[in-house]
Amino acid sequence: MRPAALDRRSWREATARRRVAALLDPGSFAEWLPPAARVTSPHLAALDLPVAFDDGAVVGEGLLDRRRVFVAAQEGAFMGGAVGEVHGAKLTGLLRRAARERPAGILLLLDSGGVRLQEANAGLIAVSEVLRAVLEARAVGVPVIGLIGGAWGCFGGMGIVAACCDGLAMSEEGRLGVSGPDVLETVKGVEELDAADRALVWRTYGGKHRWLLGDADRLVADDVAAFRVAALELLAAPRPLELEALEAEHRTLSERLETFGGAADAREVWAALGVRDLDLVARCEPDELVRAEGARRRTR
Amino acid sequence: MERLQFELECEEEAAAPAGPPVVVGVVGSGNLEVLVERGAPVGRCRVVVATSARGFADTWRAVLEDFAARRRPSGLVLSVNDAGATPAVVTLRLDQAIEEYRGGRR
Repeated sequence: MRPAALDRRSWREATARRRVAALLDPGSFAEWLPPAARVTSPHLAALDLPVAFDDGAVVGEGLLDRRRVFVAAQEGAFMGGAVGEVHGAKLTGLLRRAARERPAGILLLLDSGGVRLQEANAGLIAVSEVLRAVLEARAVGVPVIGLIGGAWGCFGGMGIVAACCDGLAMSEEGRLGVSGPDVLETVKGVEELDAADRALVWRTYGGKHRWLLGDADRLVADDVAAFRVAALELLAAPRPLELEALEAEHRTLSERLETFGGAADAREVWAALGVRDLDLVARCEPDELVRAEGARRRTR
Repeated sequence: MERLQFELECEEEAAAPAGPPVVVGVVGSGNLEVLVERGAPVGRCRVVVATSARGFADTWRAVLEDFAARRRPSGLVLSVNDAGATPAVVTLRLDQAIEEYRGGRR
């Protein structure tokens, strides 16, 4: 049982395990393959690297406002939340079980740099299995909601998984992308993107930008209770997964590229959206931005 | 990786409730996770350590014996995955682990 005061706490600073406990109805979480089961990565052991008893993924079921939900949380502090074979299999197993048992929804607490490079092809295959399982759960009507507010953001294959969800909630501190800042700097050079420029990184990948562009459906404060409210709202608003909807989304994305493709910086994107006070975007609290610019942002 | 195992003698805790297994900490750089379970005989505590820092068995023993004397983890098995935590961090995590296992974070 958690005292209510503990729920007013930073999402970013909490571990995956604490996020799950604080997000769900108190005491309702039942974990599958808990640490005591010791299902650890055979690949890391073969490389003589430290393993984690849960392989960085906490999965199970619980109640959200008394409704049965399945939950998976990635632990960013273990290998950047990267997806290895076991970690990915836990996510896939949860999603497939949801497709069979039809809970009220699935919450993915994403905090991941993408594929765990030490596990190479096994990690890549694991991410592709997660992607397919997300779509299979959605296809039978189980909404999949992504929550992004951890220190490692959501990148690589997990960024694609996030984009395949019914809904996404992000905090300002959260980041979403495919190729992360360090990857871009390494491949394209520091002139393309200076990964050490935190303001640039956050206005390119951060929650406010993603919300203004419509990639994220909710922008919330770095607060477990705010994520809980957003998760409840998003569970109530699933997106249709059918050809017409996908074609409409593709048209939207093409139009977005035409409109903003020439922008050299996120601020130019915001200006093109009609945002009146560009400095306010970085400065203000999430709820102020929602009030000030909610009418001008893109939606999907 | 180095694998170490310690059998510690400790006085029996007067009122040690038997809880479900508890894990604290994360295997990140300079950090560790500690899993607490029942399974050792009364008056003993078994600690199984997997650590990325080789050659510190004596330091582990000193930290663990101090912990056993202070917290009396009788009958418990502690399993540790360590990514190079300092002795101070190890001590904090062990204390956190035993407090969460015995119910309630203080």
